Amino acid sequence: MKIIYMDHNATTPLDAEVLEAMMPYLTDKFGNPSSSTHAYGWEARRAVDEARSQVAGLIGAHPEEIIFTSGATEADNLAIKGVAHAYRDRGNHIITSQIEHKAVLETCKFLEKEGFKVTYIPVDRYGMVDPEEVRRAITDKTILISIMFVNSEVGTIEPVEKIGEIAREKGVLFHSDAVQGAGKIETKVDKLKADLLSISGHKMYGPKGIGALYMKKGVKIEPLLHGGGHERGLRAGTENVPGIIGLGKACQKAGKVMKAEAIRLTKLRNRLYQGVMKRIKRVYLNGHSEKRLPGNLNLSFEFVEGESLILSLKDFAISSGSACTSSSLKSSYVLLAMKVQEALSHCSLRICLGRSNTEDEVDYLVEELSKNVARLREMSPLYKEV
Amino acid sequence: MYNLEEYSAKVMEHYQNPRNVGEIENPSGEGTVGNPACGDVMKLTIKVENGRIVDAKFKTFGCGAAIATSSMVTEMVKGKTIEEALHISNKTVAEALDGLPKIKMHCSVLAEDALKAAIEDYRKKTDGKENKAQKD
Ligand SMILES: Cc1ncc(COP(=O)(O)O)c(C=O)c1O
Ligand SMILES: [Zn+2]
Repeated sequence: MKIIYMDHNATTPLDAEVLEAMMPYLTDKFGNPSSSTHAYGWEARRAVDEARSQVAGLIGAHPEEIIFTSGATEADNLAIKGVAHAYRDRGNHIITSQIEHKAVLETCKFLEKEGFKVTYIPVDRYGMVDPEEVRRAITDKTILISIMFVNSEVGTIEPVEKIGEIAREKGVLFHSDAVQGAGKIETKVDKLKADLLSISGHKMYGPKGIGALYMKKGVKIEPLLHGGGHERGLRAGTENVPGIIGLGKACQKAGKVMKAEAIRLTKLRNRLYQGVMKRIKRVYLNGHSEKRLPGNLNLSFEFVEGESLILSLKDFAISSGSACTSSSLKSSYVLLAMKVQEALSHCSLRICLGRSNTEDEVDYLVEELSKNVARLREMSPLYKEV
Repeated sequence: MYNLEEYSAKVMEHYQNPRNVGEIENPSGEGTVGNPACGDVMKLTIKVENGRIVDAKFKTFGCGAAIATSSMVTEMVKGKTIEEALHISNKTVAEALDGLPKIKMHCSVLAEDALKAAIEDYRKKTDGKENKAQKD
């Protein structure tokens, strides 16, 4: 039996239509978009331009506002370091949150070493950033606010529109890592009031190693890569043409299926949640009950350590928020920032449903969960002591 | 980082079919080590007769490595004298499981600590009057 994939926040499979769109650019249409003297170059250039429009279309941007990158890690780096270095004369303060992806957090930490000051805004117990707290953190030295759209672990949808509004009001640039939102829920740059926005191909049924940074007209950034002047001089390097075509197609397809899929996944996730709650006692939801990514469910099963539960669910590909990997067992920094009790933070499971998942699979998971949670609790010295 | 794939077949086998799960009633000794906030807790109960451990049972809250080492240590102590059991270390338990991923070695310490705690408890209960294993 094939292992049932329920880890769509980690990555998604490549959509068949996306692969089909990419194929010619991995074979016959191998031209370099910079080759202006012949048809191989022209067709590659046209294809890249079309993909740029498709990406822009999904997020409501102009094609000239899209910079292709090697993924969202690079997009986040380019946005944050790029703004920091371009606006250094205006100030040295950056605001972000405690639950950002490492691509944002580590970039901010790096900038601290260069002398930038960073405020890491805490979150409430649902993983939500309070926009007013962001407002209070703004000083006359603040040059950038970077708050993610959707948290990849607990699925919480952040009040990005409000934060964007505050940023605009205060004249501070606003970047949002929208990797987990784009292609899954409506992600429009004007609605979110984002000046910069990162997306990634492999989280939306596109290929790995390709992403994009949206940068509003008029915003300046210092490039990370210098070279042949590609991407308007902001990201040198011969374009990853097949990747770009794949990202474009993935965006186009997501735009078409997103609405219906979000409804379907919300139902499916609720079915899973209700099934679990009905069958298993002492289960706690991590994250927000409504402001939540459709396919995402993050649960703590009290008295059952996350990894051991995952090991028992052999037919499923899912992940845990706890990682017993170091001498001090580390819980997810996201759950800790949400002040989830430490004992419960070791018991978390992240289930991320996607396009391939069905009701039958969800029901089977409920079945397996209830069986294995019972077995592991029977084995747990903590269980009887309540 | 590590992969769950790095667990040996033996670790997985013990994780899936753990031996000696439970608690001995009126045990000769018991030890509970670890802390739920840290992610691993193990309770070991032993039954000692004539200085020999004749039965051992465990309950563990923890990762796959913690459960597998708990299971293995109960197998290893059975039939051993107290003195022999004290020679069991986290390393020998891990070796008996065909090894653990490096960053999982700390989980096996739980098994060693629980064993030492159970023996300590046994010694306290018998207050030095523990009958020595008969040499034969
Ligand atoms: C929220 C978020 N930001 C950034 C990234 C990094 O994206 P990429 O893998 O394309 O570098 C990820 C994926 O791991 C993510 O979930
Ligand atoms: Zn462990």
